[in-house]
Amino acid sequence: MSRVKEFNLPDLGEGLTEGEILSWLVKVGDTIELNQPIVEVETAKAAVEIPAKWAGRVQSIFHAEGATVEVGTPIIAIDTDPTAGPLETPEPTGGAAKGSSAAGEVAKGAAESGQNDDAESGKRTPVLVGYGPRTTAAKRRPRKGVAPAAPAQAAPVPAQAAPVPVQAAPVPVQAAPVPVQAAPAPVASGPSTAGNGHSGPAGGARVLAKPPVRKLAKDLGVDLSTLTGSGPLGSISREDVRQAASGTPAAAEPLAAVAAVGGPAANVGVHREQRIPVKGVRKLTAENMSRSAFTAPHVTEFLTVDMTRAMKALDRLRQRREWRDVRVSPLLLVAKAVLLAVRRHPMVNSAWAGEEIVVKDYVNLGIAAATERGLIVPNVKDAGRLTLRELADSLTDLVQTAKAGKTSPADMSGGTLTITNVGVFGVDTGTPILPPGESAILAFGAVRKMPWVHKGKVRPRQVTTLGLSFDHRIIDGELGSRFLRDIGDFLADPEAALLAWT
Amino acid sequence: MAKGDPGVSTRGRRAVPRSRKGATGDPELVQLLTPEGERIESVTGPDGTEYRVDFTDEEYRSFYRDLVLVRKLDAEATALQRQGELGLWASLLGQEAAQVGSGRALRTQDMAFPTYREHGVLYCRGIDPIMPLGLFRGVDQGGWDPNEFKFNMYTIVIGAQTLHATGYAMGITMDGKTGTDEGEAVIAYFGDGATSQGDVNEAFVWASVFNAPMVFFCQNNQYAISEPLERQTRIPLYRRAAGFGFPGIRVDGNDVLASYAVTRHALDNARHGQGPSLIEAYTYRMGAHTTSDDPTRYRIASEVEAWQAKDPIARMKTFLIKQKIAGDDFFAEVDEQAKRESVHLRERVLEMPNPEPNSMFDHVYPNGSPLVDQQRAQFTQYLESFEGSAH
Repeated sequence: MSRVKEFNLPDLGEGLTEGEILSWLVKVGDTIELNQPIVEVETAKAAVEIPAKWAGRVQSIFHAEGATVEVGTPIIAIDTDPTAGPLETPEPTGGAAKGSSAAGEVAKGAAESGQNDDAESGKRTPVLVGYGPRTTAAKRRPRKGVAPAAPAQAAPVPAQAAPVPVQAAPVPVQAAPVPVQAAPAPVASGPSTAGNGHSGPAGGARVLAKPPVRKLAKDLGVDLSTLTGSGPLGSISREDVRQAASGTPAAAEPLAAVAAVGGPAANVGVHREQRIPVKGVRKLTAENMSRSAFTAPHVTEFLTVDMTRAMKALDRLRQRREWRDVRVSPLLLVAKAVLLAVRRHPMVNSAWAGEEIVVKDYVNLGIAAATERGLIVPNVKDAGRLTLRELADSLTDLVQTAKAGKTSPADMSGGTLTITNVGVFGVDTGTPILPPGESAILAFGAVRKMPWVHKGKVRPRQVTTLGLSFDHRIIDGELGSRFLRDIGDFLADPEAALLAWT
Repeated sequence: MAKGDPGVSTRGRRAVPRSRKGATGDPELVQLLTPEGERIESVTGPDGTEYRVDFTDEEYRSFYRDLVLVRKLDAEATALQRQGELGLWASLLGQEAAQVGSGRALRTQDMAFPTYREHGVLYCRGIDPIMPLGLFRGVDQGGWDPNEFKFNMYTIVIGAQTLHATGYAMGITMDGKTGTDEGEAVIAYFGDGATSQGDVNEAFVWASVFNAPMVFFCQNNQYAISEPLERQTRIPLYRRAAGFGFPGIRVDGNDVLASYAVTRHALDNARHGQGPSLIEAYTYRMGAHTTSDDPTRYRIASEVEAWQAKDPIARMKTFLIKQKIAGDDFFAEVDEQAKRESVHLRERVLEMPNPEPNSMFDHVYPNGSPLVDQQRAQFTQYLESFEGSAH
């Protein structure tokens, strides 16, 4: 039996997988008693002190304060018999053992530290429920011969089930923030994903259905993965299965032809409801929108601006010879306004990364575009460095590529700040939802002639409303307001703003 | 007695949140030992009952010993959970007096129906404290023979045991085992949160109309997990009993002597055929609801400190010292015993064998069942499909 025992972080609540080391209450070399508090750990449920499992002397501490540690990972090694002379093996350093004999020693210690007496390997995996992590890799016994397992259950075991070499390596501290990605995943490669019969969408979402419904489907020989559920959260109901089994085809319904605007998948049943499978751009949009809406606290502010001067400036620009072939729209000025305002308030061009805020020196300016396949947000890379002419060309390219349906995934990833031009649909403004990973998005409404107080008199002026949504975790009301105000100031008087700011 | 009583909510004061003031000085509260360790000779309850205890020095010391041991064993279980040796633990910290007082008030023939926190009552019934730990370690299902220990199984479902207890008590009446000093009585434990459960209210109705030999012992520890008492009731809980037609009384749940006196009286009434009563032991949960809970998220430190000053063990110790009933030797010896027993408990917990997978079929029916036998056979076959299987 090893003198040095390693203590693994237990599941402190019911079903926790990790904890953060808040503070160590002991240090290496300290003599400790049984149940003496040694470390304070915060989990998703509570901050708790962990009492020492053994009396002895602290041999090693494997994780610094602030580290997030997986359940089942060694956090401290305790020499349980420090008076018995020097240790014959080198001090274990979190399993990064210096020699093979030391590795064995450490692993043994780890095994003794847990209650599972049959743990042969030091590698631990986090558990969801229970009082002690198990060594699944070592525990899983091979089946005899070919197991007559149900085909539905024959999902391939993840590669991590492979035996792990005996080594009590603690999982590395997850201190580094995950780089933020705006993650507009690739657009679906084609309208049809169901190409290969009913073997199920590869890696696709699992079908939602209650057990009795699954049983019914099995009995009736209906493949659930081919159905679209009508129940809560898109789950498949008994009725859906029965309908599929009785073969009520949509083709029998004359209404189908009328309603078939949603593409080949449109399917109007007897209930006069159309069922459109959620996939491709729609699915991605839905995921991004709900993820963003329910993680980033949104605030939206509005500003109504007299753009008459800016519209005149645009006209003058169009009349210039070198701009003759360039497509010039109010969006160009709004983009310029945003880019200049970002320069004055760099914090707006940032991303929330959990424990850090990533402020970006480059602006990949996203432009939300409505296409036949749905909403996509390509962006102009490093737009802040472009001249006005280059910016205009880039915007034109971007819009034309999008309309042609040729926008590449690279064009859509890495956006840092977005403009959505809802004005083209004739509406005044909106409260846009942030693309994931961005902290500000500007809605640009329609520019229309409105009565406006100009030089003390009510005049018809070209007026628009700007709507700015921002991530309130990063951007306070003051910063958001100043940013929006600067955009407005530029649009009210572009020449003066350019002279003043650049 | 309702008029002018502090802590009584009236319609006019409804909008004002009542402060959860200390129990001390409340004329509604039966107390025989103050937080300062002063003995009160006797207290007359609202119905004229005189509550008093008369213990020998040895008995006073044994009360103290039980309180300390119960707390220490509980702390050991909490530590075992933090060390990954138990899946969960519901600590009784702060509620020792209510449990030891009421637990020791039980006579041998009385039956107790606990929640999942009555480790102190269990201890006072003379049961080995290891018994419930298999449940919290997950190596058994918390099953034991309630009749052997006169202590029902831990009940996780909130308030369910009050109905079980009422049924049991009605059975006692039907068996004709009431009406004498040897009569049997039942005590059902529950918390303040459980009083909002339908089960508990139904139990009140049945116990009342069938005059069941019951004591409803409510440990009002002020919180139903995170929900404060204000969310359970507008009136003191003990006064609910009046509406159901039986007496209710509030006792200082941090006073082991008063808890004993009030419970003993209520049990004796019940065993003599005088029907049920409700005891509200006014106390405070000093720790978390369970080890999965973080009480700092819903209550303030000053509140905890105020209750710290009413600690059930500290006041007993002060009393023993002041009255020269016990000295340093005794306290050291009790601490030593507590340490010894808790280490012993720890060792035995660590040695608890993991259950055989098949054992889950063992106690479903007393005489087996074809269906369960079939399932056992299938499961055994499944286990045998693994290589190196000993099954």
